[in-house]
Amino acid sequence: MLRDITLGQYYQTDSVIHRLDPRVKLVATLAYIISLFVAGNVPGYILAGLFLAWVIHMSKVPFRFMVKGMKAIVFLLCLTVVFNLFLTPGTPVVSIWKISITEEGIAIAVMMAVRLCFLIIGASIMTLTTTPNNLTDGLEKLLNPLKKVRVPVHEVSMMMSIALRFIPILMEETDKIMKAQIARGADFESGNLIQRAKNMVPLLVPLFIAAFRRANDLAMAMEARCYRGGDGRTKMKPLIYKKRDRIAYLVLIVYMILMIVVGRILMV
Amino acid sequence: MAIKLEHISYVYEADTELSVKALDDVSLEIPDGQFIGLIGHTGSGKSTLVQHLNGLLKATDGKLYYNGENIYDKDFDMKKLRSQVGLVFQYPEHQLFEIDVFSDVCFGPKNLGLPKEEVEARAKKALRQAGIEEKYEKQSPFELSGGQKRRVAIAGVLAMQPKVLILDEPTAGLDPKGRDEILGQISQLRKETGMTIILVSHSMEDVAEYVDRIIVMNKGKVKFDDVPKKVFSHVNELEEIGLAAPQMTYLMHYLKKEGFDVDEEAGTVEEAKVSILKALGKDREAQKGQGGRAC
Repeated sequence: MLRDITLGQYYQTDSVIHRLDPRVKLVATLAYIISLFVAGNVPGYILAGLFLAWVIHMSKVPFRFMVKGMKAIVFLLCLTVVFNLFLTPGTPVVSIWKISITEEGIAIAVMMAVRLCFLIIGASIMTLTTTPNNLTDGLEKLLNPLKKVRVPVHEVSMMMSIALRFIPILMEETDKIMKAQIARGADFESGNLIQRAKNMVPLLVPLFIAAFRRANDLAMAMEARCYRGGDGRTKMKPLIYKKRDRIAYLVLIVYMILMIVVGRILMV
Repeated sequence: MAIKLEHISYVYEADTELSVKALDDVSLEIPDGQFIGLIGHTGSGKSTLVQHLNGLLKATDGKLYYNGENIYDKDFDMKKLRSQVGLVFQYPEHQLFEIDVFSDVCFGPKNLGLPKEEVEARAKKALRQAGIEEKYEKQSPFELSGGQKRRVAIAGVLAMQPKVLILDEPTAGLDPKGRDEILGQISQLRKETGMTIILVSHSMEDVAEYVDRIIVMNKGKVKFDDVPKKVFSHVNELEEIGLAAPQMTYLMHYLKKEGFDVDEEAGTVEEAKVSILKALGKDREAQKGQGGRAC
């Protein structure tokens, strides 16, 4: 049940994409998302799709892992398609009663669906190939200039990495407490909404207590190792751009230019 | 009768790269009233196995019968099974949630849909069985000591008056005194009620004194299934799978090697004492001397 959530899961293997600097991957993901909105025609989407397929191939992550992440947005996807399909004015193709499906509607619905799929898969490549720790390291370094305007960049990224780290722990804890209460005859699946909410109390109270206990332990462990925030803190493996990162940036720039050319200028 | 497992297999995260075979073709029979020690190294599948016994996990393969009924049948009453096979998880004190000890213990019987008087009577009885005094009943469970919390949690399961009680590492993280108290109470409970008890542990020492039968798990399979003495005689094999026989067994093996005529299968301090004194020809003093714990 709860284990099915794969968003943000890391897939362990060795590939060029895995070895890239997390900053490159963050920037590339952002750029890719922007490029999807720049492209407004079929050739643009084909190019975006090809680029995505190439990156997936390079990452050595099985394709079904990416599809797994899609499950979470199936509902959103259907909703978008349905609304666009029925509510776009234009030349009608099929008409039933007052509702009609238009040519423009079909085109926009397909475009939207493709755009959403690419977006989710593109973002999941980043999380599948980068460990949460690396990701927050990259984010911290990318946002470093903001320190000058007093944004607590280190603290924010530390909070983020701890939050990410706690997701699997708390999920496991939930599973355990749930089982323990089911063994005592608790029922989490039947009854109306109010009844169900009430039934969650035996799960939520121990879960909150566990979360606080763990947070407390972690704070203690961090202090025991002299953690005092980001000032003057050095890294064992500092992020340094290597040759492959420069090449990746170059590839990205070429891709972006191509996207602008194909998606905007060729649109006549 | 009782519980019967036929070729049970269980795979975690089936159909992915991460799949792990936690149970591999396990067949067992657990008759009524037996006191069983389920022993295995961390990750040997013992916790997975006990979660099958009350239907929390469904076997990927195989059949499980409770009193002759297949529990994987569509019309099988899981709720009834769970009330009859009580499972106390590892660190059960983490499941406490009510405002006071008494209400927490009432949670189980209340879920069975019993009348209020019956619920309270059962809770009271369970608390006494678990060795919690009346003065603690109105306290918050979070104010108690670790050992007391655990006993309250065990009482929470006992209050459902199960026919089979499974305890998953009930002594983990307790000091020796707390450990002896809990194990003593479980043994006492067994004598009073005659219920089937399955004690999961990774320590032979813990279970050697109490159980009638030991099941040793290794890599999801049943490695040994016999009376304690017979299981302990496989010292070398036990060590190979990361377990150890009780310290007394080692001592007896050593003495035997040195030429003393002692019983190699003795697993508890008491048995060892008798055997050693006998070998030394001081049989009589064995009754006189005090049965203090060695080490």
